[in-house]
Amino acid sequence: MSNAQQIIPARDRHLKNHISVRQIIHDSLVMAYRGLLKMRHNPEQFTDVTIQPILFTLMFAYIFGGAIAGNVHNYLPIIIPGILAMTVLTTSQVTGVQIREDMDKGVFNRFRSMSMSRIAPLAGALLADSIRYGIATVLTLVMGIILGWRPGGGFGYLVIGTLLTIVVAWCISWVFAFIGMIARTAASVQGIAFLFLLPLVFLSNAFIPVKTLPGWLQGFVKVNPVSHLVSAVRELANQGVIGHDFWYCLLGAAIVVAIFAPLTVRAYMRKV
Amino acid sequence: MAKTGLANSPKVTELAVEVKGLVKVFGDNRAVNGVDLRVPEGSIYGVLGPNGAGKTTVINILSTLINADGGTAKVFGHDVKTEAQIVRQLIGLTGQSASVDEGLSATENLYIFSRLLGLSRMQAKNKTTELLEEFNLSETAKRPLAYFSGGMRRRLDLAASLINQPPLIFLDEPTTGLDPRTRNQMWETIRGLVATGSTVLLTTQYLDEADQLADRIAVIDHGKVVAEGTPDQLKASVGLATLQLQVVRHADVEPALKVVRTVLKTRAQAIEPMLITAPMADPERVTDLLIELRKAGIRLAEVSVQRPTLDEVFLTITGHDTKEKLKEADHE
Repeated sequence: MSNAQQIIPARDRHLKNHISVRQIIHDSLVMAYRGLLKMRHNPEQFTDVTIQPILFTLMFAYIFGGAIAGNVHNYLPIIIPGILAMTVLTTSQVTGVQIREDMDKGVFNRFRSMSMSRIAPLAGALLADSIRYGIATVLTLVMGIILGWRPGGGFGYLVIGTLLTIVVAWCISWVFAFIGMIARTAASVQGIAFLFLLPLVFLSNAFIPVKTLPGWLQGFVKVNPVSHLVSAVRELANQGVIGHDFWYCLLGAAIVVAIFAPLTVRAYMRKV
Repeated sequence: MAKTGLANSPKVTELAVEVKGLVKVFGDNRAVNGVDLRVPEGSIYGVLGPNGAGKTTVINILSTLINADGGTAKVFGHDVKTEAQIVRQLIGLTGQSASVDEGLSATENLYIFSRLLGLSRMQAKNKTTELLEEFNLSETAKRPLAYFSGGMRRRLDLAASLINQPPLIFLDEPTTGLDPRTRNQMWETIRGLVATGSTVLLTTQYLDEADQLADRIAVIDHGKVVAEGTPDQLKASVGLATLQLQVVRHADVEPALKVVRTVLKTRAQAIEPMLITAPMADPERVTDLLIELRKAGIRLAEVSVQRPTLDEVFLTITGHDTKEKLKEADHE
């Protein structure tokens, strides 16, 4: 110990037994920064938000384009909002998996033994993941434009559509964060998430006109929240209209957060 | 005394840790079963015991990671349950599983922890540089921890515990798995901490480690403290020291035995051809013995006093040696 300073004795320290709101926000931002650092060290975890939008846009446009809309160009206004919804939803489950993995590691013991906000690791992770939704959204839109999509609603409405998608994805990620809290392992989070997401994404209007479906299925597709998100983004991007679906989405997302945020926080606090 | 918040009633205390009747139950396993500890401020206190004895559980309760099922635990007079946030401002924890971020570099680890402990960006940067130098990690600071050796990881872990210069530091088996050289470095670092005024509570399953470092030792087994005291007291409690006499000529063994028996009035025996041992109850009598031996013309090659080792202490107290239980899983 070269520059050993004397330790301030416990009784001479200014101590408090609570964490201020300012500290909670500060700690959450630091933890979000930590999330960004981790992303920088593991670029491979961006595979889902980079490869998926590119690959799926190309695949779906060329495979289904002719069959559903006569040609690829006419299909793009339908498929791009669909792929957007699919990508951000599948991305939102990563939050749950990663929080779970993080909590099982030794570093979490240090966080818990430090005088810091208890909720910050959770809040920080959710915050940092917004970056992922941003990347996924922008890449999908750019892909569409490269393929020849010209959103009729104009740039402003496209931005609103992008923001709507990110907000909804962020709200949905609370569901997976909750599953992450109660699941036994990180791998099982992925399994459960897949089970939910696959039917939701495909039994929607994301890739096909609803008219072509049998009547009983149309009923489900119409109430499926994914359909509302896809419709809302289509209206915004293609027609420049803020329709019913836009408000449904925001309302639904708010309800999801209102239910799952307290559940997640409670399950999380019991764990930490 | 500093001005403090309304939630606490600080009192001037000489005890860094005070634990009374601590109990923690996992399922049907009473991992901690009525532990009492009193750790004086400014000392190194060793909690010694085999795997699964409950050492880590005690540390986890004291560092507010888990709640006890019974008893009380106080850190500098603050209850670990009701005043957890205060306790967290006073402790540094270096856990058994490396409590640093595997996905980040050493610099990033220390920077993040510094920021979370309330240091500004500038202070955090300076503190990080300072600690990296102090712990000889500057050269590898930018590489991910995946490339770190066990010793480097442990050093980083300890460095992270010292950011806010806590007056109490918990070290859960700080040298397990380290090579002898790295272990000696770690010992030096720990001694240095106490020199700056810190109190160190360390757990170990190595008896020589406790002997080397600790001012006081609690021997813990099956969740209970089975013995407590300074290393010397513990050794003394096991029994007497042994006097060993090596004679020069084989012919002197029998006469020497006779002299030892008459002077010391104990049973003496020749354990090797020319080595005589006898329990030494009263060191004063050894002078008489040596004079008598010279009078009898018996020449000695060597005189030594063998003190009991902590290994013998453990064996005597718990009835089994330390290796017996290594196979049992740590209930954490």
